Amino acid sequence: MAKDSQSRFLYLENVYKNYGEKCILDNIDLAVSQGELCTLVGPSGCGKSTLFRLILGQEYPTFGDIFIDGKPAGFPNLDRGIVYQKYSLFPHLSVLDNVLLGKKLVTGLWGWRKNKREILTEALVFLEKVKLIEHRGKYPQELSGGMQQRVAIIQALIMKPKILLMDEPFGALDPGTREHLQIFLLELWKEFKMTIFFVTHDLEEAVFLGTRVLVLSPYYSDGRGKNTNRGSRIVKDHLLVPNITSTKVKESAEFGKLIQDIRREGFDPAYLQHVTEFDLSHPDSFQTLTEIEKNI
Amino acid sequence: MVKIPKFFGIHAEPTLRMNRVLTILPFVILISVYLASSYARLTTNPDDKLLPSISKMVESVGRLAFTEDKRSGDYVMLDDTLASLKRMVSGMFLAASSGLIIGLNIGLFPGMRAMFLTFFTFLSIVPPLAILPILFIVFGVDELAKVVLIFIGTFFVIARDMNLTVEKIPKEQITKALTLGASQLQVVYRIILPQVMPRLIDATRLSLGSAWIFLIASEAIASTGGLGYRIYLVRRYLAMDIIIPYVLWITFIGFLMDWLLKKFIIWKYSWYRVSER
Repeated sequence: MAKDSQSRFLYLENVYKNYGEKCILDNIDLAVSQGELCTLVGPSGCGKSTLFRLILGQEYPTFGDIFIDGKPAGFPNLDRGIVYQKYSLFPHLSVLDNVLLGKKLVTGLWGWRKNKREILTEALVFLEKVKLIEHRGKYPQELSGGMQQRVAIIQALIMKPKILLMDEPFGALDPGTREHLQIFLLELWKEFKMTIFFVTHDLEEAVFLGTRVLVLSPYYSDGRGKNTNRGSRIVKDHLLVPNITSTKVKESAEFGKLIQDIRREGFDPAYLQHVTEFDLSHPDSFQTLTEIEKNI
Repeated sequence: MVKIPKFFGIHAEPTLRMNRVLTILPFVILISVYLASSYARLTTNPDDKLLPSISKMVESVGRLAFTEDKRSGDYVMLDDTLASLKRMVSGMFLAASSGLIIGLNIGLFPGMRAMFLTFFTFLSIVPPLAILPILFIVFGVDELAKVVLIFIGTFFVIARDMNLTVEKIPKEQITKALTLGASQLQVVYRIILPQVMPRLIDATRLSLGSAWIFLIASEAIASTGGLGYRIYLVRRYLAMDIIIPYVLWITFIGFLMDWLLKKFIIWKYSWYRVSER
């Protein structure tokens, strides 16, 4: 029941990735609609970052196709904005120049001269929004981790990418700052109606932020026999309702239950679900299985 | 209360005053030892040439520096200095600029790396002084051979250092730039180039030492002027009163160049020092 690659914003079908002999990603199927805030979790080493790099275009699938807005993904380009855990900012540019960089690259020297005032105003509005306007002359190394990530987000955002890819962007921050930035990201997401693909190792963060949580895991079973070289698959695809105003929801019983489920289904090496029994309850979710795999 | 040692051990915290005294101390000792030995030798033999007195050195160098040469009407020391500096600066400039271009290409473009990395690593092992005779035969005994020797002696080190510096820049930065709309060319001159410039200057600073070696060596063998030439010329007359001040002068020029380049980095690339902190 594969859905049309043209009608979905981000679309992966039958995507495999091998490193040498080892299979890392095993038949990944994924369709993401515009405006979705999609979070991806999974045990460490399961291939989260590999999947991220495939969508980004920094690496290429061994087999299968990836489409963004109906076009093959190809090399990294303006369609995709990124925020990494680190190295997102350029150390030789001030905060303001980091934010302006994309605009300068695209307009060229001539266009920059002509539209300087407009572009500057836009950059300053963004800096105002993240409350960093008084730090605009500093170099990134002089800012705290949380400030750096705020700059990195607006640096990508100012180019209005079709999809914003984030690889554990808050992973190195202390809990307080992290929660601040989660709320901040949700506000931006709502204001700009962005499509976000967010990789994290923090289950709580994934469930709190997302409109949809994906669990990537190597722990499952199928009909291919014992000694199959299996890679990770999406074992859970769940619809969520994000709560922008408060982090209180993190204390609710429902929230805790979902995290428990994810932990069991994705992170427990002893708990092997069969491929036909995955919780793929999100309406966009689909699965392409071979007959052999469907066997018990 | 912990007693913090002032000088001994890894916990030592010398005071500011002590720091200054300690900095100067080795210089004072060296000069004192020289003066004492020189005095001792000169009292037993006033014609001793090995360790001339300060006044003798000042007199001899003063003659070379501030009086016109009777034959040519030039100021010898000034001419020597300018001749050497010209060779030095042209050689280093060529080495730094081509080292930058080659290092950038090898570090950034996998195709270039596959083609040139092993080749340049191989060439960099060739001892420059061993091919000096070839240089003299091919380029003649004029300026060109000397500049080429300095170039060969420093270029490979700078190119390899640039290659390593480019490789150390996280791949994420290049991807990030591409997603911000950069073309491949823009990645080179907006992202990579500005980040490796300060390191290029640092690599040049470190290469100055070997550049002097090659300069003096080539001047000693075939030349009609230059600081190295003068030293090797007056060696025949055991003229330590000229050799020692010339060596000090060369050291001073080298130190000054290093200092100027350092100041330039601090002035022009303030982010570089910030990120090293």
